[in-house]
Amino acid sequence: MELHQLTIHELQKKLRGGDTTSVDVVESVIRRIDAVEDRIHSYITLMKDSAREEARRADEEIRKGNARPLTGIPIAVKDLICTKGIRTTCGSKILSNFIPPYDATVVEKLRDAGAVFIGKTNMDEFAMGSSTETSHFGVTRNPWDLDRIPGGSSGGSATAVAADECIASLGSDTGGSIRQPAALCDVVGMKPTYGRVSRYGLVAFASSLDQIGPFTKDVEDCAILLNVISGYDPRESTSVQVEVPDFTSFLSEGIEGWTVGIPKEYFIEGIDPEVEAAVRKAIGVIEGLGARCVDVSLPHTEYCLAVYYIIAPAEASSNLARYDGVKYGYRSKDCRDLMEMYKRTRSEGFGMEVKRRIMLGTYALSSGYYDAYYKKASQVRALIKRDFDEAFQSCDVIMTPTSPTPAFRIGEKMDDPLQMYLSDIFTISTNLAGIPGVSVPCGYTAGGLPIGLQFLAAHFAEEKLIRIASAYEKHSKIEKRRPNL
Amino acid sequence: MEYEAVIGLEVHAQLLTDSKIFCGCSTRFGAAPNANACPICLGMPGVLPVLNRKVVEFMMKMALATNCSINGQNVFARKNYFYPDLPKGYQISQYAQPPAEHGHIDIEINGDKKRIGITRIHMEEDAGKLVHDEVNPSSYVDVNRCGVPLIEIVSEPDLRSAEEAATYLRRLHEILVYLEICDGNMQEGSFRCDANVSIRPKGTEPFGTRAELKNMNSFRNVQRALEYEIKRQQYILEGGGQVIQETRLWDDSQGVTLSMRGKEEAHDYRYFPDPDLVPIEISDGWIEDVRKTLPELPLEKRERFIRDHGIPTYDAGVLTSNRALADYYEEAVRLCGKPKIVSNWVMGDLLRFLNEEKRDIRECILKPSDLAEMINLIENRTISGKIAKEVFEDMYRTGKAPRRIIDEKGLVQITDEEALKKTIGEIITANPAQLEQYRAGKEKVFGFFVGQVMKVTKGKANPALVNELLKKMLAG
Ligand SMILES: [Zn+2]
Repeated sequence: MELHQLTIHELQKKLRGGDTTSVDVVESVIRRIDAVEDRIHSYITLMKDSAREEARRADEEIRKGNARPLTGIPIAVKDLICTKGIRTTCGSKILSNFIPPYDATVVEKLRDAGAVFIGKTNMDEFAMGSSTETSHFGVTRNPWDLDRIPGGSSGGSATAVAADECIASLGSDTGGSIRQPAALCDVVGMKPTYGRVSRYGLVAFASSLDQIGPFTKDVEDCAILLNVISGYDPRESTSVQVEVPDFTSFLSEGIEGWTVGIPKEYFIEGIDPEVEAAVRKAIGVIEGLGARCVDVSLPHTEYCLAVYYIIAPAEASSNLARYDGVKYGYRSKDCRDLMEMYKRTRSEGFGMEVKRRIMLGTYALSSGYYDAYYKKASQVRALIKRDFDEAFQSCDVIMTPTSPTPAFRIGEKMDDPLQMYLSDIFTISTNLAGIPGVSVPCGYTAGGLPIGLQFLAAHFAEEKLIRIASAYEKHSKIEKRRPNL
Repeated sequence: MEYEAVIGLEVHAQLLTDSKIFCGCSTRFGAAPNANACPICLGMPGVLPVLNRKVVEFMMKMALATNCSINGQNVFARKNYFYPDLPKGYQISQYAQPPAEHGHIDIEINGDKKRIGITRIHMEEDAGKLVHDEVNPSSYVDVNRCGVPLIEIVSEPDLRSAEEAATYLRRLHEILVYLEICDGNMQEGSFRCDANVSIRPKGTEPFGTRAELKNMNSFRNVQRALEYEIKRQQYILEGGGQVIQETRLWDDSQGVTLSMRGKEEAHDYRYFPDPDLVPIEISDGWIEDVRKTLPELPLEKRERFIRDHGIPTYDAGVLTSNRALADYYEEAVRLCGKPKIVSNWVMGDLLRFLNEEKRDIRECILKPSDLAEMINLIENRTISGKIAKEVFEDMYRTGKAPRRIIDEKGLVQITDEEALKKTIGEIITANPAQLEQYRAGKEKVFGFFVGQVMKVTKGKANPALVNELLKKMLAG
């Protein structure tokens, strides 16, 4: 095994035991990036020089006995998480020259934990997409099949982990943007509870749905990274003051005696038979671990997509109003007046999908339509949340496929936004309800494409997700493959 | 046909908090452009607002002072529109579920009390400012004012004339300044007023089509603009025309209102609850804590001064127009127990000197305790009222205590009868002609002798004593 293939916890041991150095780990990762990046395109911005410098300092700290959870470990960050002094583009032309003068809270936390920043990962423009095809900086390819999409919007964060171009990464999840690419790239991806991880410094797509979360090679790493990034932040009003347990302490707890809910609404027509078969097989594994699997009902599931595509664009239309060419970012040249500057800057600076959603959202909030769209959607959202609250009265976790299909071909759904939106059908409700969810690898199709399994839990019950995901990971007996690059 | 106006006012008051509503930047006026700015003020991507609780408290003070009911839960909303002085592309304001509603204040019009309803009070952030360079055509944005906290106070359409509107506005202004939550400076824009005005035939119920008036930056301009607008609408209706719904700007130099934008061009602000902020919970306990900090309000103070101090309504009005002035007056009264005399000095010499120098009572170095002391010195005849004028001016200029001035200048009143008799005797001897005239019945000459005595004693002679002795001695 090469250093770049290892996990956080494996590297922690090697680094602390003096078996390797952070400089060696970073060089190994950089060599891997040099070898595969032009085929995959995980990154928008690489930070090789500063990573090498951070690695040297990390090695000093380790020598002094000051190793922290992530000391010396190369981490990648989605390019909508602000990094002080490092360009943060959101995959958009309109922010192609934006250099934040501040770090996001999660970046500060990673820094405090000793992480080495290796780069900023590619994404759908402003996180609007399920395939990482809408980035101004080009598409990201799935390491398992370079003709296919990696999922999205955090596609680059998923592929960087899947192709060993980093050890772990952060993404953001507004409707599945961590879990769906994790499923399609065969890695672990978690969306924590809304309010668990500070959104300060996360460029907003839909503020009431966005949440930062980890991409890792296994569940143990997921727990380690979750420990680092969780916690109340006085700079973020929706961040919640709840205790953060040591998530790694739940890894071996098991799920004996648990009740696991299987929502019948999630096994719909249109679900890929191989995906369904893999998930059905997983039910057997879970039962083998001493849990009881029961049917649960989430009756408002059919409205999730509609509700999401009103609330998310509505918030986005307002969140993206600030990109007007006045203060920072792209500004169209030689405009005669203010109105022309606004129009041309935004027409030239935003891509098609972003414009589509700004128009959708603007319409949904317009006077005369607000009650029928935004207000109604907010009411239905409350019902969706109630569905989950009620379901969790009778079960510990809910288990579903992460994505209805494995990775599709690049370009396949670009002209059909509705088909594209359906790829998040199993992940969107989580964000609407604000609950946590995790996707773990659950096998491969006959064609060798990864399949993901999703676990959902009640608000702030991430430890249950860690328990079941870890137990499943250990006992599913899925032979671990590596993409052939 | 006789028409009556229907007017409602929207007042924006900048709150005197040290820091802005959603970030830690200073609210200080007059700083260099963009000196009071941070990524939150600049609407940079990813940064988030955190509510300054002081703003909620200030809003609650105004709500309680205007008899509003306070809603236990209220939310911030985004008001979306594009303008370069609005960095986020939306203003954080409040729309549905305002924090305070259903209030009122009482105003006095020609001696009659009238109750004006307050529809709502809500909190919001101010926008920045644009600076235009005409010579080298370009515009600059100054975000210092972005995020300065405002409350908007919306009245019911209860006002029926420009005069009523101006009176209401003055009362509102007075309350805000009394509460020390707004400096009330209209020129610097910390107290701004928009008006909705329509007219209808007197005695009818339905409202006419209204115009919204903006850009009136003084009480006088509000009254003038409303008077003009009422006449304008009347002229239209009398000519058989129709008033159109629009926003009009007051042009101070021409003394007219001009159309700014019509109803069709009105913004659709697309209000929706701001997902970056959680609902504000206001407990009954918090309301009571704030209520305890409320000062006596101008109207109550006015009535108390009239009732307990027995000073005229006019005096009470002047003295309570400014909380610091009322405090000054009251402190002096507490120390000397002479309300009307204190009032005369404060309203007379003190306000005259302050006005001459355009100074505020808070900058006055003459202490109320010294004014009280001086009044006591007049009462116990240490100095005469005339000398007191001189002492007062000296106190005002130097801040010295009255005793010290009197001692330094030797101004103690001469009440020594023997000494005065001697002086008067000498004066009578020196003016035999005038003495003869007086004794011949020319009473006016008495004044000449008083003048002579005052001249010789440099005004220090006790006037009553001088009168008494002169009368006796001139009679022979
Ligand atoms: Zn600021």
